[in-house]
Amino acid sequence: MKVADLAELAARNLREAVLRNSLTTLGIAVGVASLVALLSLGVGLQQLVDRSVARAGLFDTVSVRPRQSAPLGQGVGLRRTPRDAADLQPPRVLDDAARNEIAALPNVVEVNPEVRFTAEARREPNSQLVTVSGMAQSSQSSGTLDDMTGNFFSGPDAEEAIVQGDLAKRLLANGKAPASLLGQEITLRFAQRQALPPRSEQAQPEAPNQAASPDEDAMGFSIVPSEKKFRVVGVLPASDSVGGQARFNNAGLYLPLAVAEKLQVVQRDDLRDVARSTMSVGTRYAALNVLVNSPAAVAQIESRVSDMGFAAFSLIDVTRNLRTFFAIFDLFLGIFGSLALAVASLGIINTLVMAILERRREIGVLKALGAANRDVRQLFFAEAGVMGLVGGVFGVLLGWAIGRAIQFGTVLYLKRQGLNPPNIWSVPWWLVLGAIGFAVLVSLASGIYPASRAARLDPVEALRYE
Amino acid sequence: MNVPETPASSNGFAVRADHVSRHYKMGDALIRAVDQISLEVRAGEFLALLGASGSGKSTLLNLIAGLDRPSSGAIFAQGRNLAAMSSEELAAHRNQTIGIVFQSFQLLPRMTLEENVELPLRIAETPRSERPGRVREALERVRLGARVKHRPTELSGGEQQRAAIARALVNRPMILLADEPTGNLDSKTGEEIMNLIAEIHRPPSGPGRTIIMVTHEHALAERYADRIVTLSDGAISREENLR
Repeated sequence: MKVADLAELAARNLREAVLRNSLTTLGIAVGVASLVALLSLGVGLQQLVDRSVARAGLFDTVSVRPRQSAPLGQGVGLRRTPRDAADLQPPRVLDDAARNEIAALPNVVEVNPEVRFTAEARREPNSQLVTVSGMAQSSQSSGTLDDMTGNFFSGPDAEEAIVQGDLAKRLLANGKAPASLLGQEITLRFAQRQALPPRSEQAQPEAPNQAASPDEDAMGFSIVPSEKKFRVVGVLPASDSVGGQARFNNAGLYLPLAVAEKLQVVQRDDLRDVARSTMSVGTRYAALNVLVNSPAAVAQIESRVSDMGFAAFSLIDVTRNLRTFFAIFDLFLGIFGSLALAVASLGIINTLVMAILERRREIGVLKALGAANRDVRQLFFAEAGVMGLVGGVFGVLLGWAIGRAIQFGTVLYLKRQGLNPPNIWSVPWWLVLGAIGFAVLVSLASGIYPASRAARLDPVEALRYE
Repeated sequence: MNVPETPASSNGFAVRADHVSRHYKMGDALIRAVDQISLEVRAGEFLALLGASGSGKSTLLNLIAGLDRPSSGAIFAQGRNLAAMSSEELAAHRNQTIGIVFQSFQLLPRMTLEENVELPLRIAETPRSERPGRVREALERVRLGARVKHRPTELSGGEQQRAAIARALVNRPMILLADEPTGNLDSKTGEEIMNLIAEIHRPPSGPGRTIIMVTHEHALAERYADRIVTLSDGAISREENLR
């Protein structure tokens, strides 16, 4: 028989015992709904974490440092590519030449120096020690600041700051919302290095709030306290809200990268460089942040940078483990969700076996008119498949509604707790198609026994049946 | 595997049974429902199988129909050995070569007359565009053209049997098998049905069909059949050539 005829006959047969078949189909729908609701929750949670990690720049950033970061006798804080032979050679300097070489690598979007220091942020009468970090212009479009209140820096040289909600709270009077710091000025006090001219030409230091000229040719530098005012243009969510996740180069206050560089703040490696007798000419970076155009390219860039003789670091391994965790988590959710579908499949078997008993004579007539065993088998399969398809579609709709209800309840609960509610629920198209396909597959598998039993019926016996 | 009949075994016969047996086991007892029957039915012949209840006539009809398989022997229909056919080929034989009419009509009560008559066409995978015309033609032939949308339960016994005949003929088979076609009808309606079967056997125009009818009414068989074969205890006990 043709597929269209099989489907037509199957639909007609299902309509005849409408109550029983509807209940069986409802059983499948409930099974699919539980599967969809649980998996949509798993997928939603995974996407929430993925979004957080992506915003934090963990997926597309490689941190590069010189290999000789630690003197003998001291451990290395960052992961290093184990290259014992290379370690014996003089370590390569992370200078402008190296920066350009890295920037020329395929898939590299930009290479920025890491500027990071500790300063005191002050807004009378409150003050707070804070980690300050330079932020590249590209961060504006990276999604890193999606949940920020206010605006991004008006230009690369603007004397503006973006602060974390925690810092804003501490600088404000009690009870004020962090966003009320927007537009106000805060003062940063930091340790500035000032170049020392050759001993014969000792000069008085300049005013502390003015950036000094580069000191490459100097014999060394002095460290002086310096202050500078910045206007707050953006406030990031406080860490106690759900959206306030940790970021790559996590800091309490961000300045435009170019501004942060010009401050000439003493960096950790400066003291060590002074101690060395082999100071080179030109800019030397403590670390570079390499922005890659796709997370898939991170591992390759990491490897290429290591080959150049630098220590490269990314959190790609951490995210890989995270994905493994969620794969297992989703598997367990899927198994629990499938239990209801397994029970529903017993309902299909029961319904179809009952149908064989009721339609024994009909099967005999079909065979007498020329239906082959295959036709009878396919007819019962089609009936099981139609129940699976209808149950699958209704199940997805039901699961979607349950997921919405869970999301709604979660949002309500978190808002009452004073937290920023995230989206923890997602029904991607592959879940919709997969759930319907799975329902049809389970239904067809349930139909195997009844269909074979119907196909094996002896037509002579079946025609005698009253 | 279908084994074509050799020319010697065909010789213009629509059906030929060669030492056919159908035995059943019931506990330790062996029931010989059909035992070593050899029979030839010419193309276009009207054969009546007569016998008491349990004589084996319906079993023989089921074997010819391909609804059952012989324990031994061979049955040739239109030159093809049914005993050597696969179940798929037997199904095709039931769909294309023969049409069957039952005593209890065996119409599907949930379907209308036209849907019942369309069933063999669905099974044969006849194109949808051809089906309405074929169904109408078959129903008009049995004078039920005005009742196509009715369900079997809305019809009289005679009308139901006429609809069953239309269903048996819709695939234009060359052999019509009828198992006590008047058994559930009163004498007047039974006569109408027999007249219809006689008309199918020898239509006013066009080719006729081979008819094999099982009945226990000798008078009916004598009136309509060309030949009567009487069965007793699974074997042929008597043969009468009437025409």
